[in-house]
Amino acid sequence: MAMAEPAAIRTVSEVLNAGRPARAGVSRSYWAGVRRRLARDRVTIVCAAILFVILAAAIFAPYVTWADPYKTSMIRRLLPPGSPNHILGTDELGRDMFTRLVYGGRISLFTGFMPVFVATVIGGTLGVLAGYLGGRSNMLIMRVMDVFYAFPSVLLAVAISGALGAGLVNGLVAMSLVFIAPVARVSETVATQVRNEDFVEAARATGARTWRILIEHILPNVLGPILIYASSLISVAIVLASGLSFLGLGVSPPNADWGLMLNTLRQSIYVAPVNAILPGVMIFVTSMCFNLMSDGLRAAMDVR
Amino acid sequence: MLSYILRRIAYALPITLGVTIICFSLIHLAPGDPLSAVLPDNAGPDMREQIKIAYGFDKPLPVQYLLWLKNVATGDFGLSIQSRRPVVSEVLPAACNTAYLALAAVLIGFPFGILMGAVAGYTVGGWIDRAVTSVAVTGVSVPHYWLGMVLVVIFAVNLGALPAMGMGPGGQSSYAFDWAHLRHLVLPAITLAVIPAGIIARSVRATVADIRRRDFVGTLQAKGIGEGRVLYHVAKNAGPTILAVAGLQFAQLLGGSILVETVFSWPGTGFLLNTAIFTRDLPILQGTILVLSIFFVFINLVVDVLQTFLDPRIKRA
Amino acid sequence: MTLAVVPENPRLPVSADPRDRGGPMQPMLLVEDLKKHFPIKGSLFSPSRAVVKAVDGVSFEVAKGETLGIVGESGCGKSTTARLLMHLIQPDAGTIVFDGDPVGVVRGIPVDELQRNMQMVFQDSYASLNPRLPIADSIAFGPKSHGLPKSEARERARDLLGMVGLNPRLFAERYPHELSGGQRQRVNIARALAMHPRLVILDESVSALDKSVEAQVLNLLVSLKDRLSLTYLFISHDLNVVQYVSDRVMVMYLGRVAEIGPVERLYEAPQHPYTRALLSSRPSMDPRRRVSVPPLSGDPPNPVNPPSGCRFRTRCPLAEAVCAEIEPPLAALPAFPAHKVACHAVAAASGHSGTAVPV
Repeated sequence: MAMAEPAAIRTVSEVLNAGRPARAGVSRSYWAGVRRRLARDRVTIVCAAILFVILAAAIFAPYVTWADPYKTSMIRRLLPPGSPNHILGTDELGRDMFTRLVYGGRISLFTGFMPVFVATVIGGTLGVLAGYLGGRSNMLIMRVMDVFYAFPSVLLAVAISGALGAGLVNGLVAMSLVFIAPVARVSETVATQVRNEDFVEAARATGARTWRILIEHILPNVLGPILIYASSLISVAIVLASGLSFLGLGVSPPNADWGLMLNTLRQSIYVAPVNAILPGVMIFVTSMCFNLMSDGLRAAMDVR
Repeated sequence: MLSYILRRIAYALPITLGVTIICFSLIHLAPGDPLSAVLPDNAGPDMREQIKIAYGFDKPLPVQYLLWLKNVATGDFGLSIQSRRPVVSEVLPAACNTAYLALAAVLIGFPFGILMGAVAGYTVGGWIDRAVTSVAVTGVSVPHYWLGMVLVVIFAVNLGALPAMGMGPGGQSSYAFDWAHLRHLVLPAITLAVIPAGIIARSVRATVADIRRRDFVGTLQAKGIGEGRVLYHVAKNAGPTILAVAGLQFAQLLGGSILVETVFSWPGTGFLLNTAIFTRDLPILQGTILVLSIFFVFINLVVDVLQTFLDPRIKRA
Repeated sequence: MTLAVVPENPRLPVSADPRDRGGPMQPMLLVEDLKKHFPIKGSLFSPSRAVVKAVDGVSFEVAKGETLGIVGESGCGKSTTARLLMHLIQPDAGTIVFDGDPVGVVRGIPVDELQRNMQMVFQDSYASLNPRLPIADSIAFGPKSHGLPKSEARERARDLLGMVGLNPRLFAERYPHELSGGQRQRVNIARALAMHPRLVILDESVSALDKSVEAQVLNLLVSLKDRLSLTYLFISHDLNVVQYVSDRVMVMYLGRVAEIGPVERLYEAPQHPYTRALLSSRPSMDPRRRVSVPPLSGDPPNPVNPPSGCRFRTRCPLAEAVCAEIEPPLAALPAFPAHKVACHAVAAASGHSGTAVPV
């Protein structure tokens, strides 16, 4: 009976590791893994590309548009998209739609980002402190947050900005207040979980000061979940900010964001339905891309 | 169980108080003197004095709050600046109209969302799942006030099939259940239902998929129990979570309807709020918000309590 | 309070540590009447007055250079004792004296100073390392937070990695999830040593490891102890491991000390019925000596409402009337002063009908 050549027998680890480079001392941090997974996610990349274009156009608005966003023209009112010189038509005062959509993006994106940023900083700090300190501090902070949480979010935003009066800044203040409570809740939950981990106990056992433990041990471990949650809020914030403008609670004319454009064009819906709907398309696309990107981020970060 | 319910109610009380404090401070948030916020523009000096005393603006803030709370508890929300009628008589009918619209949206959106989510959760990774997930993320991202406009363009402007405005023929707002009235409900209710349907579909999908992965489902299938019975077990386990999500979404509809009501000129709280904001009718603003948010707290309470009945694991000792 | 209670210990450190303050005869750690009662959460309307007496009057001492093993079932208060000593949770009552200096009192040793001298290694090797930090940073955190410059702290971390048998060039920049359980526990040991402690608490530190890995880590601990003249407090539920590493052993039951004594003595002539039950519950290597009846049945009683008198009486084969009335004090055996037992059946003139084992 012929024996198999010993050289032909491969061990399990050889089979499993075939074709893999041997790694020695090469180490992957958590964030490197996240980047790698994100780079493989096609939906996220497409969304990021679309958002990049919208964002770049908004930032460099004067360089990508050629009309004056405020120049009205009685004879050129509500031209349909595809008209000469006005690729997306004109609005009810004869202003170029494309130019106004690009300039409107500046305000809409800003009003989408800013409240989430403010709320993440304030709500995140409150929530992490409540979670880490526990006890009475937790009670005090979280009960106040519960009260804000007891309002439907749209209602609270409308109530505060309605009471403060119309205006960009008032809208931003109102929306920031709306998002603080949910961010604080998420942060508190995560911080409470992390605080009870052994590595925090071990850090406390070195006699290190509280702020050092918070910054070096708690923060890196709560930041991910908080940022994922905040990123999912951007989509909500853009829709809500435009909604406030749609109600006339945002910027004041002749400035316009997508929400206010939607509002003023609504009167012309029977005459020029396509023009009337265009600003909403922008809100929709932006909000959807942020949503999908947030989902992608969540998927990329949840894996250990 | 009973003690949990009692404790849950006890917990809702301070929250409700907090809510009233925020509603109370709304008037004081308003720029300028709170007095001029509640005064009609043409008020003379003696009327000014009169109202100052009537509203208690001459007293310190905590006292003002307590006086106001006492009035609110007895159903006195003050007078509307515009109509000079009691705020309650303006807010209550509007709140009923909003609840009517919200219920219609629930009837349309919730079964749809649950069905979509359950099917997707059963076929995780398949093309149905991907389709449902895409539809759901679209539903969650869409600005519903804009969707309302799109629906108006399609069904009212182009097809002329459904009305774009109001609650009934000739702008009347009565609850008649004939087609002439119900056709006014279709577009706003669908518009309002989109976001909760998307959110519910997503969480039902996640819940069902998670339960189907658990060991007990495998055990049931290994025992040769029919897929119908297995479905029953899955549904029983997913129930409490779905209830919680759906309850919260119903509550959010009350606030979310503001924008949709504006689009469709629906005579509800959103419409009332919108008018109040632009006429600076702060008592109406305050009253509407107070009624809606207390209703919101109440629904959350009911959902929590119902959940304890459905889910034996939640004893929350 | 008498501070100089010296247990008979043949293995006193030879070289004098410059940090030594109390002299070689002064115990490294003296614990007297340590207590921690956790309140059970009540609510607004039914404020609960029930408490879990996790640690209820525990006294012992640890001599310099020795290893004191602590054994007992889960829930007996071993880990709570460790956390109390580390001041991760605040004791309700009791005195802790570290090398002659009382902890946390005026003119005593402050808590952060104590934590520098006393470190702890936890059971769960994964949970006790920050998943977001390379392991060298985890080790360097302690010294860094006590003012050591970052580069020096990292240098020390690399040295320590080598000392616990991990090549710093390969391991320093790795993350915890890239290491095996045994390697992670070596990192945790290095992290504890980074503070240059004099006493290390090992709280079930090898319990979660595979048997072969466990032996390697145990040998590492033994050699580190000699090299760095450390003192160990070794907590485990594994009686064999405790026997292997300990000089003296303390048995705990429901938040109290049942018995304490030199390891050979305690394993050969256990006095407390609980200790005897624990020891006979060890699986025998000899199939002919298999035990079919469990020496201890049931779970320990609820620590919220422990039995009156002796806490072990509900499971004790020797329980008598006196056991329900009087709590037995921890008393030294007349013939072996280093061996202390809290049992009426052992103590003379306790009112119990007989002594179980001839002393």
